[in-house]
Amino acid sequence: MLKIEQIVKVFNPGTVNEKVALNGLTLHLEDGDFCTVIGGNGAGKSTMLNAVAGVFPVDSGSIIIDGVDVTKLSEHKRAKYIGRVFQDPMTGTAATMQIEENLALAQRRGKTRSLKIGITKAERARYRELLKLLDLGLEDRLTSKVGLLSGGQRQALTLLMASLVRPKLLLLDEHTAALDPKTAAKVLEATEKIVARDHLTTLMVTHNMKDAIAHGNRLIMMKDGRIILDIRGEEKKKLTVEDLLEKFNVASGEEFANDRMILG
Amino acid sequence: MEFIAALMKSMPGAVGQGMIWGIMAIGVYITYRILDVADLTVDGSLATGGAVCVLLTLNGANVWVALLVAVLAGVLAGFVTGAFHTFCGIPPILAGILTQLALYSVNLRIMGWGTGAGKANLPISVDKYDLIISSRYVRDVGVQNPILALVIFCVVIIGVLYWFFGTEIGCSLRATGSNHNMARAQGINTNVTKVLGLMISNGLVALAGALLSQYQGFSDINMGRGAIVIGLAAVIIGEVIFDKVFHNFALKLLASIIGAIIYYIVIQFVLRLGLSTDDLKLLTAFVVAVFLAVPYWKGKYFPGKIKSEKGAAADA
Repeated sequence: MLKIEQIVKVFNPGTVNEKVALNGLTLHLEDGDFCTVIGGNGAGKSTMLNAVAGVFPVDSGSIIIDGVDVTKLSEHKRAKYIGRVFQDPMTGTAATMQIEENLALAQRRGKTRSLKIGITKAERARYRELLKLLDLGLEDRLTSKVGLLSGGQRQALTLLMASLVRPKLLLLDEHTAALDPKTAAKVLEATEKIVARDHLTTLMVTHNMKDAIAHGNRLIMMKDGRIILDIRGEEKKKLTVEDLLEKFNVASGEEFANDRMILG
Repeated sequence: MEFIAALMKSMPGAVGQGMIWGIMAIGVYITYRILDVADLTVDGSLATGGAVCVLLTLNGANVWVALLVAVLAGVLAGFVTGAFHTFCGIPPILAGILTQLALYSVNLRIMGWGTGAGKANLPISVDKYDLIISSRYVRDVGVQNPILALVIFCVVIIGVLYWFFGTEIGCSLRATGSNHNMARAQGINTNVTKVLGLMISNGLVALAGALLSQYQGFSDINMGRGAIVIGLAAVIIGEVIFDKVFHNFALKLLASIIGAIIYYIVIQFVLRLGLSTDDLKLLTAFVVAVFLAVPYWKGKYFPGKIKSEKGAAADA
């Protein structure tokens, strides 16, 4: 479903701040793969997601989604194939617009927008049903401005928006990192539900090793802009945090010293 | 008593002028409030609208055709600013300033059309031409009163914009102003929506310019000077007064028009009190600065009174 081939991205080339963010990264995801991504700060996790989403062009390599080469497509054109949830709850929704208006915008992702009415009656009824499934009490607040929602509610709404039109690829960029533990667990639960229901091919970046192990059928670890560890299938199911730390030490030849990742 | 009588006598003029500038303020509302861009093109495009309208009418064009072409000229000005911003990557404020400066020359050329040189002023008489509105009839009772025509203009404009911003394209424009990252993630080409917003805005501003030139009986190279500030004043006065009562989008646009009318009533008032017209721009700038500063000060020195449902939703 997703083929990332040898992509390279260098930020600030030729300056003292030069940073090789992606260093010949290659990753293939099968249809329905739910792959979690871990790695230290600056490992290139978010850069990889942003490269796939088209936030910036890559220097070399190619990105293919379901057989379509999207490497040269702009961000808004790729949106047709991709649903995204961001780390910052503010990023995924339009705060000054109503809940139903945000959903209506997401409903038209990848479609040509015309002078037809922006939100129909039938849509409203459907949104109400879908919001009910989130169990956050949002179904009675369709016309509330999204800016009035809590971070957790906004992330849940963004998740719903990302999956409203079934994406070929779901990109989750530490989407629970800014939430308190209880809310984070709830959003993760909703994520699991939606991914399973729609059989979505998913890339989920997380700082939390336990989450990375508990969710998905595949786990990759990144360092210095490439994948240094790729665990899937039965091996992934049996994985523990200790195993993971051990494997990291072997793969990278150094201590994985980041308390946030172990404790988080 | 004499003062009040004189003030009352100047009221129809203030209302008429206020409504014309209200149309201009709606254009400013679209960029400043919906697109979240302060577009300075308007100082130039207002005069462009006036220049085009008067020139065409003087040359025998139907006054409605002249009005339409004036609007298109404004739309083109907005497109140029949009292209500077999106295609050339120039910050929006600077892009607007560049277009505005360029329009100064363009406007001189338009008004000097056929003379081979620029012209700073172009008069048009309501006696010789069948203008839509003229300030001469502002105190008359009857269909030729410009206020009647202006009310119709305002109603139609608000109606059309209300419809437009409810459409798919209109919604994508609002999303662009609200959160452009989100808009792009939802497949919206934010460059297109930004340019479109600037085009609509400047089209309205040019319409206001065209109407103003008919109303006052001339177009002038300086008629748009400080227009952005007057437009902002109208938008902000409207918001301060009606924010709590007007929640509907159409009413918010109406608030900008009322804001402009109030602005001109206040101007009439201070002029009657003896303020020189030379000092008007100073006063306007000061008033707008204060109105812009008040919300900031409120947030800084009196926090905690921000409307929010956060407390109730915190554990959701």
